[in-house]
This record gives sequence, structure tokens and C-alpha cells, in this order.
Amino acid sequence: MTDKKKIYLLLIINSAFLVLLLGKGLTFDNYQFFLSLRIPKVIAIVLAAIAIALSSLAFQTITSNRILTPSVMGFDSLYLLTQIIIVFICGSMSVFYLNPYLNFAVCTVTMMLFSVVLFNFYFRSGSSNLLLLLLVGIILGQVFGNLTSMIAMMLSPNEFASLQANMFASFNHVKVELIYISLPVIACAAFFLFKMHQTLNVLWLNHENATSLGVNVKATNRQVLLLSTILIAVSTALVGPVLFFGFLVTNLTREWIQSYQHRTLFIACVLIAVCTLLIGQFVIEHIFKFQTTLSVVINFVGGAYFLRLLLKKQIM
Amino acid sequence: MKMIYLYISLVILSIASLFIGVSELSISALSNNENGARELLFNSRVPRLLAILLAGSGLSLAGLVMQQISQNKFAAPSTSGTVECAMFGYLLSLIFFGDGGSLWLPFGCGILGTFIFIKLIDSIQFKNAVFVPLIGIIWGNIVESMVIFIAYKYDVLQNLSGWTTANFANLLQGDYELLYLAIPIAIFTYFYATRISAVGIGKSFAINLGLNYKKVVMIGVVLVSVMAVTVVMIVGQLPFLGLIIPNIVSYFNGDNLRKNIPLTAALGAIVVLVCDLLSRVIIYPYELPISMIISTLGGIVFIYLLLKRESHDR
Repeated sequence: MTDKKKIYLLLIINSAFLVLLLGKGLTFDNYQFFLSLRIPKVIAIVLAAIAIALSSLAFQTITSNRILTPSVMGFDSLYLLTQIIIVFICGSMSVFYLNPYLNFAVCTVTMMLFSVVLFNFYFRSGSSNLLLLLLVGIILGQVFGNLTSMIAMMLSPNEFASLQANMFASFNHVKVELIYISLPVIACAAFFLFKMHQTLNVLWLNHENATSLGVNVKATNRQVLLLSTILIAVSTALVGPVLFFGFLVTNLTREWIQSYQHRTLFIACVLIAVCTLLIGQFVIEHIFKFQTTLSVVINFVGGAYFLRLLLKKQIM
Repeated sequence: MKMIYLYISLVILSIASLFIGVSELSISALSNNENGARELLFNSRVPRLLAILLAGSGLSLAGLVMQQISQNKFAAPSTSGTVECAMFGYLLSLIFFGDGGSLWLPFGCGILGTFIFIKLIDSIQFKNAVFVPLIGIIWGNIVESMVIFIAYKYDVLQNLSGWTTANFANLLQGDYELLYLAIPIAIFTYFYATRISAVGIGKSFAINLGLNYKKVVMIGVVLVSVMAVTVVMIVGQLPFLGLIIPNIVSYFNGDNLRKNIPLTAALGAIVVLVCDLLSRVIIYPYELPISMIISTLGGIVFIYLLLKRESHDR
């Protein structure tokens, strides 16, 4: 099967599950009510899938490896931390928190600053030890998560209550009101990232080769990092942190698709991510009857896959 | 000389811990027994202090033994899936017996989980110092997602998170006595230390010395798991404690296991005492769960240790 055929196959599967998720149990009487609930949820899931897939793949390219993804390196815990720091400083009644658009903008900009610092901290020494980076990233992610819950406890109980309901999105608690803002943001970021696909092809060769072929590695790294940060912020705001999802879909893509062209990889990775989430959500809703959440299943499957790759030493 | 300072600060901090809290407690009130001062002291403050001392020193010792039997500086109960497996055991006892009272289940699962981890790292040939905790953390993650999956289904997620969040605030007389297990474990470890450190040098070395390698490792696994699981059951998770304390001690004092045992225990107790005092003071009169403070500080120290080691290697 050529890559093109695989992409078409993925498209067909995606549309099938899209129809299933939206249309199951729909009758002429209830369709207005059902669809008004289902459509935003499905859109949010699709948007999150796109954001995670693109950011993870691009992040792997600029760090020249197949394992590091933004969420494993603690970037989505960083988003939650940023969010809570803003509430802590400004209070839960300030415009920065109450207005979702302003809140999102402030969080994203603050996080972009933080993530540049974090990225420099990780990669300041050029070719560092990959496993070390991975371990430091995972632990830093835990530290961020802990700091978040610590600050949450230090808030006054009223502020904490309003925050708890609002801040921690998950697949069962998708933040629907953010769809309208995240749609154009994801579209822009994805467009710019996609436009860079040829540069990224060269960058994947490794930094020395890319430099001698005329790519400004530093500038490209910075651009990709900022675009990825925006995408991570969107996806975390929509569905919350999912530790191993980016890792899972990028590696499935690289195993299944032969091409090294980022144009093909980007498209395939997005489709695989959407496909995974749609199928996952369908299984949760109709087989498990909502008795579990999608992130738990993804972390289990992704974690097992991760451990397998580690033990098979494919990562070295 | 340094050791004396350590023990003196332990005593001072312990006394401070007795007298810091929401209810006023003073020496004069104690001698006159005003407003139930003695009940306060003996029902709440003393049990809390003892629990802190036992948990801190016990968990640090567990980390020390774990680092020897896995031959890795960065192994500890929190980076080897022990705690998560104990959670699994607690979950089973919640589901099958309706309460968390069946102690053998968390203990059994903790021992089994640690053993699986030891087997897992035994199967890889090269023991990269960073690789082992990485595998342990991911192994713990997998078990934890399984636990959450089942807990969600049976609606016991809240019990579980209450169980694992460490907090010394609600320990009263009668709640913490299981922690006394730390004392026999510490004594046993002290007398068993030479064998454990022989195993820590390497499998072939230990066998050459005529040791029953498998038996020593198994005893080590049981010691570590029983200690770590007891702490999780009574107090909650104290992540990274068992990892960083032995590293700090061996940085200053070398690697003589038997000599390090009292030091490790004392330093572990001091660190937990300080963190507990912090957790009582930061949002006074409320309290923060100590697990948050300890895992934030511990995580940062762990990253520092990792990066420092890396810069030494270069």
C-alpha cells in the first residue's frame, strides 16, 4: 500500500467514525438536542487531535529524535501552572480569568515565554543525553503538576471552587466555549507549521547537515517551538493534559508511513490522531458506557508502548 | 562532627514540631494541664511527631536498600512502581472486601510490583543510571492508569486519592502504630547490611563471595516494599524522599552502607520534619498536604542531582 492509499484509508475510517459518533441513536425528534451536544464535543476532540499531532511531530523534528514530545517534557503541565499563577496573582474575579478569550491570550503568551526558557534549559548543551532529558522532562512535568495543586490549595476556598470547575478540562469535560477561539488559532498555527514542511525535511537530517544546506537552525527552532507552544496551549485548554498521546500517534505514524516528507507525515499524523481519539471516544461511550475516561486508556496504551520501545532499545 | 549537628537539629526540630500548631501549647500550660493541654500533646502532637520520624527514616532506608539491590543510584520505592502496586492492592481490598482493611493485599501487591521491576531491569544488559528510574516511573505510570481505570469503574477514585495524599494532620493516637515496623526493619537492615552491599556491587561478585544472590535480593525486595507500603498506607505518598536522602548522604559520607544507615534515617526524619513544619506554616491556620511540598522540593533536588552527575561525566 502506498502512503497515499493509506491516507485515503484513514480518511474513510475517520469519516465513518465521525458519522457513527454523531449519528448513533439519532431520530427525527431528538436530533436537534443530540446534535447540539455532540457536535461541539466532536469538534473539540478533532481540534485537540490536530493540535497534539502537529506540535508533537514538529517538536520531534527540531529535537531530532522520535521520543520527546511536548507533553512528556512537561509543557502541558506548564500551561496549567501558568493558568493558576495568573489566578493567584490577579484573583479569580479579574478579567484575566473571567473572560475566556483574554485568559487564553494571556496564558498562551506567558507560556510562550516560559517555554523558551524551558527549551533553552533542556537543550543548552547541544547534544545532550536523550534519556537524561526524558527523565528530567518527566520529573519537571510532575513538579509543575504539584506546584499547580499546591497553589490551588493556597487559594481561598471560593477561588478554588470556581477554579476547579473551570480549569481542569478532560475528555469528559471538554471546554466547549473555547472552540470558537481555538478554531482560528489552530488554523493559523497549523498553516504556518505546514508551510515550513520543506525546511523541516532538511532539519530532520540533523542540525549540522541542515546548517550546511542553508537552513537557519536557530531561527527555525524558535519558530517551530513558538507555534508548537500555541498548539499545546490550545489542546491543553480544550481537553487537558494527555501524557503519552503525542508520543503514541507520532510513533504510529513513523512506523506505518514510509515517507520522510513532512508534508505526508503531518497529514498522516493528524489523521491517525483524529482516528485514535474518535475510535477511543466511541469505545468509551458505547462499549464501556462512560465507565472510564479516554485519557486513562490512552495513558495505559501509550505507556505500555513507550516501555516496549524503551526496553527494545529502539530509542538509543 | 557533622553527625552531631545532624542529631542536635533533629532534636530541636522535634521539639519545635510538638509546639507548633493551631492550638496553643506552652510549657506552663502543660505543667498545669490547662485546657486539656496534655491530651492535645499525647493524642495529637506526639503521635504526629512519631509518625513523621518513623515515616521519614523508614522510607529513606527503603530507598537506600533499593539502590543497593537494583545497583542504581536513582532507584527508590517511588521510582520503581512499588507505591502504585500497593495502590492496586488497596483498590482490590476496597472492591472485594468493601474496606481498605485487608492489609495483606497492599503488602502483597507492593512486593510483587517491586519484584517485577527488579526482574525488568535485570533483563536489560546495560544498567544506565538514568535508564532504570525512567523504566520504573513509566512502569508506575502504567500500573497507576490501570488503577484509575478500575477505580473509576467502581467509583472509589476519591477514597484512593485521599489514601495516597500524604498528610500528617489527621494522625491521632491509634492511627500510626503500624509505622513502628520501621524499627525492626531498620535493625534488621543494619545487621544484614554487609550482604546487601555485596549484592550492590554486582551479581557475579556477590555469587563469588558465596552469597545466595537471589535470596538476598528477595529479602531486600521484601524489606523495601513492606517499609514503603506501610508509609503509603498510614501517611500517604512521599515521593522522591527515598531517592534523594541516600544520595545526599553518600555524597558527603561515602558509600559504607552500615555507617550510612543511622545517618540516612536521621536525615530522612529531618527533611520530613522540616517539610511538615512548612506545610503547617505556609497557609496558617490551614495546612497543605505534605506530599505536595515534598514532591516539589524533591523533584527539584532530583533534577539537580541528575544534571550534576551528567556534568561530572563529561
